[in-house]
Amino acid sequence: MEVPKELLYTQEHEWIRIDGKKAVIGITQFAQEQLGDIVFVELPEVGSEIEQSSPFGVVESVKTVSDLYAPASGKVTAVNKDLESNPEKVNSEPYGGGWIVEIELSNEKDLESLLNPTAYTEQCQKETE
Amino acid sequence: MSQETSSILKNTPLTDIHKELGGKLVPFAGWRMPIQFQGVIQEHQCVRDGVGIFDVSHMGEIEIRGPSAKSLIQKLMTNDIDSMQDNQALYTLMCLEHGGVVDDLLVHRFSEDHYFLCVNASNTEKDFQWILKNAGSCPATIRNTSHETAQLAIQGKHSEALLQKLCDAPLSEIRYYHFKKEKIHNFESIIARTGYTGEDGFEVYVNAHHAETVFRALLEAGKEFNLQPIGLGARDTLRMEMGYALYGNEINEQSRPLEAGLGWVIKLGKQEFIGQAELKKQKDAGNKRKLVGVRLLDRGVPRSHYRVLNNGVPVGELTSGTFSPSLNTGIGLCYVSPEYAEPGTKLEVEIRKLSVPAEVVKPPFLPTRVKKD
Repeated sequence: MEVPKELLYTQEHEWIRIDGKKAVIGITQFAQEQLGDIVFVELPEVGSEIEQSSPFGVVESVKTVSDLYAPASGKVTAVNKDLESNPEKVNSEPYGGGWIVEIELSNEKDLESLLNPTAYTEQCQKETE
Repeated sequence: MSQETSSILKNTPLTDIHKELGGKLVPFAGWRMPIQFQGVIQEHQCVRDGVGIFDVSHMGEIEIRGPSAKSLIQKLMTNDIDSMQDNQALYTLMCLEHGGVVDDLLVHRFSEDHYFLCVNASNTEKDFQWILKNAGSCPATIRNTSHETAQLAIQGKHSEALLQKLCDAPLSEIRYYHFKKEKIHNFESIIARTGYTGEDGFEVYVNAHHAETVFRALLEAGKEFNLQPIGLGARDTLRMEMGYALYGNEINEQSRPLEAGLGWVIKLGKQEFIGQAELKKQKDAGNKRKLVGVRLLDRGVPRSHYRVLNNGVPVGELTSGTFSPSLNTGIGLCYVSPEYAEPGTKLEVEIRKLSVPAEVVKPPFLPTRVKKD
């Protein structure tokens, strides 16, 4: 299972990549495997505010509907429009071309409550036991 | 899935092979069943483009034999059993007095006094009790043989060529909705040209003890056809593209089968059967609703129970909905009043807060490729 070292994670299987005040958010390799073939991603509006631990979008596989939970609060500065026609990129490149939104962090303290790669890996192992 | 519920789930004779093949097992109708192996979309395409194999051993089998077998089945079923030939299969409904559906099923006739039914997993025990109750003291032997029977579905255009490798009898002679008792890989089997995918294919019934050997032999023989195991996820997307009713979704004990477009299996002119009077009344009164296909015109995945609107006014709710891998769009089934039932009628499906534009389609959503005579 791929858990990149440079990212932080939520218990709900989102990842966040910090770059100064900006951050990119997606779902993990583990999450996309559990969901199966992703056929639809509902994205928030650019300019809208998302709030830590609250739903900001939806991913749907053939069989299931799952909310996306924000790892941190902030204003949406970009969304991955490519997912509208190629939602399967969330499966094939969860940490790359399958990114979901970019935000401008409103409170860097939010990051303190997130899981580091080791803690997240342990959580996934527990879930598969 | 909690530990408590998983401990009472039934395994099919093939559960261990599913694990070995990487199947993701989930609870379904009291059984532990593979929902997917490689992925629903890829498995779906495998059946549409070539051939796939399904373990459908959760389905129930009920054997009825004896001098009264035919009259008993004729009394229970809406379709006309009298017209059946030996080695023929027939799709039918079994209804309550008030016209609701006990189950939809296949009747297979070995001979005039020997039949077996293939019924839905979740209804097996209910159907068995219903048949016993209505048999009363009539001289027929009724056995629930589900636990000793495994069922495999081999579906897709290469299914005949694949199965033929393990069977000496010429399978091309088995016509659509007919079956033969023959050996597959030296084990006695019932080979029926039936299915739930819209492709040419077979449903094979084999003794549970031999299921694993036969399944492995088919996997091996299927290599040259790129045969893959297929889970229940793709079974559902395949049946949805054909607009086939699923018991519990489109039909149940409260539904009116004529509204579901199942009038073709309700032979009101045959001898007396349970539900006949009420169904005749319903037919004379005309349908207040009609089951139609709904195809999304924009992105989104419709699901069962989502509301269907016409210019913002609710006109129905989806009984089933899914993403269609073949059409790359959302599709669903829905009961609407006749004024909204014309193909091409513009509707909307309410997905969360959005109203996604959709249009009425007459199922199937894709042409079927079953081997009709």
